[in-house]
This record gives sequence, structure tokens and C-alpha cells, in this order.
Amino acid sequence: MFPTPIEKTSRTWQLTYQAILPFAMIVWLLPLIAVAMFSIKSSADFASGNYWGMPSTFEGFVNYGKVFFESDMPRYMLNSVLITVPTMIGAVALSCMTGFALGIYKFKGNLLIFFMFIAGNFVPFQILMVPVRDLTVNMGLYDTKLGLVLFHIAFQTGFCTLFMRNFIRALPFELIEAARVEGIAEWRIFWFIVLPLMKPALAALAVLIFTFIWNDYFWAVVLTQGPDAQPVTAGITSFNSQFVAQYHLMSAGSIVAAIPPVAMFFLMQKHFIAGLTLGAVK
Amino acid sequence: MTVMADTPKPVKPRGWYKRNEIAITPFLFLLPAVIFFSVYVIIPIFQSFWISFHEWDGLGEKTWVGTANYERLLGGDRKFEVSFWNNLRWLFLYLLAIPLGLSIALLLNQKVRGIRLYKSMFFFPFVLSQVVVGLVFSWFYLPREGLLNAILQFFGMGTVNILGDPSLATYGIIAAGLWPQTAYCMILYLTGLNAVDPEQVEAARLDGAKGLRMLWHVILPQLKPATFIAFVVTIIGALRSFDFIAVMTNGGPFGSTRVLSFYMFEESLSEFGFRMGYGAAIAVVLFFLMLIFIAYFLWSMYRDEKGAR
Amino acid sequence: MRSIFKASAAALLSTSMLAGAAFAQDLSGTLRIISDMSNPAPRATMEQLAADFDALHPNLEVELEIVDREAWKTQIRNALTANAPDVVNWYAANRMTPYVNAGLFEDISDMYANGDLPGLDAVKGAMTLDGKQWGVPYTYYQWGIYYREDIFNELGLEEPMTFEQELANCEKIVASGRACYAIGTKFLWTAGGWFDYLNMRTNGFDFHMQLARGEVEWTDPRVRETFANWRKIIDMGGYIADHQSYSWQEALKFMTDGEAASYLIGNFAVPHLREAGLSDEQIDFYQFPKIADVPQGEDAPTDTFHIPANASNKEAARAFLQYVTSAEVQSDINGGDKLGQLPVNANSSVDADEFLEQGFEMLSTNAQGGVAQFFDRDFPAEMASVGMEGLQEFMVFPDNLDDILQRMEDARQRIY
Repeated sequence: MFPTPIEKTSRTWQLTYQAILPFAMIVWLLPLIAVAMFSIKSSADFASGNYWGMPSTFEGFVNYGKVFFESDMPRYMLNSVLITVPTMIGAVALSCMTGFALGIYKFKGNLLIFFMFIAGNFVPFQILMVPVRDLTVNMGLYDTKLGLVLFHIAFQTGFCTLFMRNFIRALPFELIEAARVEGIAEWRIFWFIVLPLMKPALAALAVLIFTFIWNDYFWAVVLTQGPDAQPVTAGITSFNSQFVAQYHLMSAGSIVAAIPPVAMFFLMQKHFIAGLTLGAVK
Repeated sequence: MTVMADTPKPVKPRGWYKRNEIAITPFLFLLPAVIFFSVYVIIPIFQSFWISFHEWDGLGEKTWVGTANYERLLGGDRKFEVSFWNNLRWLFLYLLAIPLGLSIALLLNQKVRGIRLYKSMFFFPFVLSQVVVGLVFSWFYLPREGLLNAILQFFGMGTVNILGDPSLATYGIIAAGLWPQTAYCMILYLTGLNAVDPEQVEAARLDGAKGLRMLWHVILPQLKPATFIAFVVTIIGALRSFDFIAVMTNGGPFGSTRVLSFYMFEESLSEFGFRMGYGAAIAVVLFFLMLIFIAYFLWSMYRDEKGAR
Repeated sequence: MRSIFKASAAALLSTSMLAGAAFAQDLSGTLRIISDMSNPAPRATMEQLAADFDALHPNLEVELEIVDREAWKTQIRNALTANAPDVVNWYAANRMTPYVNAGLFEDISDMYANGDLPGLDAVKGAMTLDGKQWGVPYTYYQWGIYYREDIFNELGLEEPMTFEQELANCEKIVASGRACYAIGTKFLWTAGGWFDYLNMRTNGFDFHMQLARGEVEWTDPRVRETFANWRKIIDMGGYIADHQSYSWQEALKFMTDGEAASYLIGNFAVPHLREAGLSDEQIDFYQFPKIADVPQGEDAPTDTFHIPANASNKEAARAFLQYVTSAEVQSDINGGDKLGQLPVNANSSVDADEFLEQGFEMLSTNAQGGVAQFFDRDFPAEMASVGMEGLQEFMVFPDNLDDILQRMEDARQRIY
């Protein structure tokens, strides 16, 4: 193990280490702590210049109440859910199939198609922006959640395919050969043998996609406008203009917008990290 | 997986599909995704190239202008120059996330009580959206209300207005970007450190290797896959730095924080007219910049693939 | 904000029954409005307006979407081209040009010609491009220097009539440890207000308009003179520090805190100042002082409603335009408790409010030079965008002037 395990070091270093940890964590999270502090303060504190002292009154309920009951935040949040969940399902479903096709079969062009997905996944968004916007407008899907979902599914398929294909490659191939010897149809092999083995990958991918899509801002701005279809990342800017210069409310709004992916992460931590670090170890 | 002909019971003549099942199945499975991906990703890339040779407002007819857009772009467009240099700053400085992430990973790679919670707390800025991170940092930097200046004053130093100073603003935004990116690199390295071969470490210890020497000669070579991924995602992240800029400075002050991705967006969807052609030309330049790294990534994957099977 | 107003409609009926009665023809379907009135007071006004109109037309459903005012400036073109609503907010004069040229605004000249819009003759000009009218105004407001009367009294200052007095005042204010002017240039356009006034006072209204039309070079010595006057204020520390980091709303705090004594801004700032706890005894207003002996020009931006050419319910949209510009609705929505601005209909009454009365008086009697819209509405949009970036830079780094003017001149040659 590297570095040297702490229990094998001197007592002083052990104690220092124990002290460093919480301190380092606070420094690391300082900007966030600051925002959390802002969000429970009253406007009076800001008016009197009490930015960093103790809040004179606890206004958390009032501030967060305003976010939920006096703004469009709940609508934006709902939009985000309605965009994120279908994308998650669509992208995972498509990439199960591509992953299976590319991971199991040997055929001409296999690697080429695989690399196409990877390369596409890395291109800058801007090179897609004009044509994709145009396409969405022409399909009559501009400023709809569906328009955003379709694009996200397509784009995320690149990353998901990379992920799924590598995962399926690591499955024991003998299982599939055995099934073939039994004369089982290929789609049944996919459905009854491979898919059940992919459960951990499905979970990991689902949480990752959830976070990516929830946090998307660029496409939300390009393909939607207004509270009809915009997700919360884009909605937060109009929230901020409604409560301009009221830092306590803007802080509360950002925290609310950030909660779902954070909750997702803490609930599904194992899958999340497994997904992110796939390939970090060989 | 090649031959299917000698299955045990070749009884009655089977249909065409049955006979060619293995050859056809992968294509059927690929079809929907390939169609989707082509329509939304592959074809648009070529369309953007095409559009970049035109003048087009996004509505009417495109007018062919040849390389005029590129000539204007490369022939002394100040906004382009500023954006391009800022992109390079992003590229280099964003890479700091790798050593920073490694340092934190080394700090946290212990088995003390509560370490799992610490790891999660260090990691979770990564799951915040860039919009939120951008807002959080722009409030952190506020010239009067911001915590940063409160701390500086506490230590008796003068205040700075990072996002209002054209010579600092880009660095301020990069610092904000480094926060989640470092968290990402950290988690990659933590996973990597987990898999380091303990026997090799012990052997090196017996040889008297310690500290940095050990890190450099024994540990880092074993972390190579983690470093590779950290490098790739960091580069891609650096070139995608749009959200932070849009949220934190909107390109200002006086346009000093623009990068290509932001400039492209401005030109294409600006109030004064959709300069789709000019915007596409900027996107093409950005695309080629990114292509260098994509090619590198694909090439190393290709090597691995050949080694694997 | 997009709501369907049926529920609360009945309660609101009474207030606007009179105004609406004249055009209560049977409208049906949905009327989609996108509004950029995102600040608190205008937002409430707009919501009320939509609700009232909805109540007048039982078969019509009014859908209102309120978007961020700054964001709307980049979204409007998108909105007009794809999935266009029936009514949108925008600005008068040259700022309509890109959308008129692209055929995205509906030509409503017939409404002016038929007498559907009585009382708008005076403002028709601001809505006219190529001899046709493209929308209706719903409000306009004066710009001027709003100041803290109590601070002026404390320092023994009086409303200045000339630029020398202005500078002398400022010197005393700076000496008292305050800044003379609050300003927030994060979104750039506020700097345009300063340039408008300094240029209109230094070189006159006509010169300013020539510059806006691209007929004068930015490197012209007369333009430099304007900047030299501006520099006097900058060099004496007249502006608050770090103004490039604030929006105009955020910068209001400096004035309410008493750290800055005045603010060159439009009348829309008044509700905010009152909201922040300043009484009318503490705030007052004066016209931007004279610099050279030229007829005084004023900025009085007009905000507007338009029908997108791609709208689907144009009939209802036209009725809505008629409704908002009618004399009574105009008096109502521009009242001190709502928008707090000036009505566009000649038959409306200006609310009994000290700022509105002063402003109305100033614009009707003391703007001999002419009335300008505003920097970003008189200059073509792209010139305005390059220009305002330069103005902001000048306010922070006045030494960069040569470079800034050269850049603006390059832009001028390319754009016009």
C-alpha cells in the first residue's frame, strides 16, 4: 500500500493526520459552505453588511420556501426530471445493444464503428450546434423536452457504447459459446444470458447519465427557452434575474438545483464510482 | 465464434435468417444506435464544415463565400485571437487537476475511521453542475460580499476583484473549473492506488525506496491507466469550458475571458444576427484542436485492442 | 412564468372592464406571450395585464412566459424563428432592424392607418422603419441623474446646471469619502447611457445620430472630446470601484447605502430605490447638465410589443396590442405603483409622481435637440455590442482609449 499506512507511522504523525483531514475538507468545501451560509441568512444581514458573521436570524425556511413556492423552480426541476429520465433509459437501452454487438461479434468494420462512437463522443459540442439546432427546428421539436431528449440519447450513446462494449468484453465468452451450442437464438442469448450479467454496468451507467444530463447547460440553452421545456440548469439564470442581487435567495436556488445529482451520488456511490473509474485500472 | 455450421442437430433446411444469424444479428443490434448517432453527431460534423464556407443567417439561402470566413478569422480577428490564447491557457492550466488530484488521493489513501466519508466529501463537487459551480465561485469572488476577499482581509492583504480584472478573470474561471476536475482525477487515482501491487511496493521498500522516489519509480508506472484517462478527460473538459464562462463572466470584462466555444456560440446565436457560417468556421477550428487529442486517444486504444485479442 | 389565468380571472374583471369593452370581440384559441419584464415590479404588471386580458375574452386562453431580460436579448431571434409565440417584447427604433429585415416582425401599418390605435401618433415614428410600423410601444421613460437629496443637503450641494458645476459637486462628494456615481457595467449597456449623454452634450444630438448611423469615424476628434470629458470624471474617482462586476440592480446598493451620491439611470430604477427603503425626501432627479452650447438631447427609451410574423393567433395578438395601448390601460400600467414610467398614449394621464412629472416635463419642454432611444437601440446591434464592450473597458482603463477607438472604427467600417 502506498503511501505508508498511517497505523504504521509515528504517533505524532498519526495525530497530525487526523487533524489535517477535517481541516483540509473544510478548506476544500469552503466555496460551498459559503453558499450554504448565504442561503440561510436574511436580507437584513446583507443590507447591514453582515456577510460573514453569524446570521442574525435563521431564515432558511423562508428562503427555501420562496424558491419552492414563489418561483418557477419546481417547474424547471420537473422539466429536468422529464428530460433526464427518458434520456437515461434511451441511452442505456441503445448502448446495451451496441455494446453487445461490438463486444461479442467479430465482423469487418467492428472496430471502425466502435471508434466512430468514441470519436463522436469527444467532439466539441459547437461543431454540432448549428446543424442540430436546425434539425430540431425543422422537426418542430425546438423548445420541447423531446427535442432535447432525442439529441441527448444520440450523443450519450457514444460514451455508453464505449462503456458497455468494454464491460461485455470482460464477460466470460464461454457462456455464449455454450449457449450457441445449445442452439439458442442470438437475441435470446442477449436477453437471457448477457443482459442479466450486465446489471452492475446498467446501474453504473444509469447514474452517470443521470448526472451528466441533469447538469447539461449548453444544449438546454441552444434547444429550449422559457419554463415550458428548460431544465433547471438553464432555469437558474432566470431565477437569478427574478431575485437579482438577493444573494440569500440565489444561493438557496442553486442549492436546490444541485440536490438531485448530489443525492443520486450519495445513494448510488458505489455504482457511480465504478462507472467513472472503469478503465482506470487494467 | 466463427462457425455455426456444425451444430449438433442440423435437421431441416433453415431459413435465410437462421443460416446467417450470427452475421446479421450484430447489424440489427447496431442499427438504431448507428442511425441515431449518424443523424445527430456524424452528419452534423460534415454539415458544419459545409456551412463554414457560407454566409448564412440560419433562415434563408446560404451564400457560398469560399474561405472568406476563415480569412477573416485568421486574418486578425481580435476576438478570435483572445479566445484562442485563452483556450491554450485552459489546456495547460487545467492539466494541474492531475497532480492536484493525485496529491489528494495520496492524502486520502488510508484506512482510518471515517475516511470513506472524507473521500465522498472531496469527490462530490464533481457531481455539481458547472452552472452551479460557476455561480458558487462567482459569489466566492465577489469584490465585497465574497468570502475570498473576507479571508484576504482577515490576513491583512488587499482585496482583489478577480472576475472584474481582465488579467485575472480567466485564471479565476479556470480555478473554478479545477475544483470539480481535481475531484474527478482524485477518484481515478484512488481507484488506481487500490490496485497497486502490494508485493512490488514491499519489495521496493526493502530496497530502501521511499517517498517521492518510490512514487516516481514504482507507483506512478502502475498508475499509468489512471493517468491516461485523467489526461483525456481533462483535455476534453478544458476544451469544453463553455458553461463556466457563460455563467461567471459572459465573456467579459471587455471580452477578455472568451474561449472558442463561447465565441462560437455568441456569433451563431447573437442578437444582431445568426452568423451561422462564421460560427461554424470557429467550431471547425475548435474541432481540429480537439481532433489532435481524439486521434491520440483512439491510437492508444487501437494499440491496446491489438494487444488484447 | 407561464400561467393560465382562468381561475383568478373573475376577481380581476372589474378593474379593466371599461378599457376592454371596446374590443371584446369573440377571440378564441390561445394567445402566447413571451415577455422580458423580469424585474419584480414589471413582472407583476405584466402578469396582471395578461390576466385582465384573459378575463375579457372568455374563449381565449392567455399563456404568459416571462423570461430573463438580459437573456431575452440573445433568445429573441430564436424565439421568432422557431415555435414563435403570438406577442413578444422588444425595443423601438433601430433595434428592430435585424428582425424587420429578416421578415420576423409582422407589419401592422394597417392598424395605425385604420385608427385602431388612437393616441399613438406621437410615438409612431419610433416604431417606423422603411415607412411601415412594426409594433406598438407600451411605455417609455426618461433618463437622468437620480441623486440622494439628503447627501446633497449634507454637503451643501445644489442640482448642477453645467458640467463645471457637476464636476465641482463631484469633487466635494469624493472628498467626503463617497463616490459620485453608482453604476453597474456587467451587462455593458449602462455605460452606453453615459456615452449618450456626454456625446449629446458635447457634440449635440445631430452629431450623436450621425455617429449612430455610421457617418462619423470613431477616431474623429469630436468623439475624442467626448471621451476627454468622460475621463475627467473617471480620473477624479467619480465612479464606484469594481463596477464591471455588478449589474445595474446590484449597483443600486451603493446608492441606498449612501456610498454613492447619484446614479445616471432610467426611471425604472425608482421603484427599486423606494423598495430599498429610501423615501421620496431622500431621492431626487435632475437633467444631465449642459456641456457645450448645443440643443439638449435626451435618452427616452421606448419598450414595445410586437407580433412575430410566424405567430399563429394574430387576431388575438392584434387585439392585445390595441388593449395595451388604449388610454386607460396605459394610465394604469404606467402608474407609480406599477411600472412607474410614462404612458405612450397621448390621451393617458401621467401619474402624480414627482419623478414622472419631472421627467414628462423635461422631455416635453427641455429636449430641444431631440429624443434618442438609447445607445444599444440607436446604433446597429453589432456596433452597439462592440461599442459597449469598448466603453466598459474605457471606464476601467481609460489609457486604452486609442486602441479601443481603433477597434470600434474597424467594426464600423465592417458593419455599415
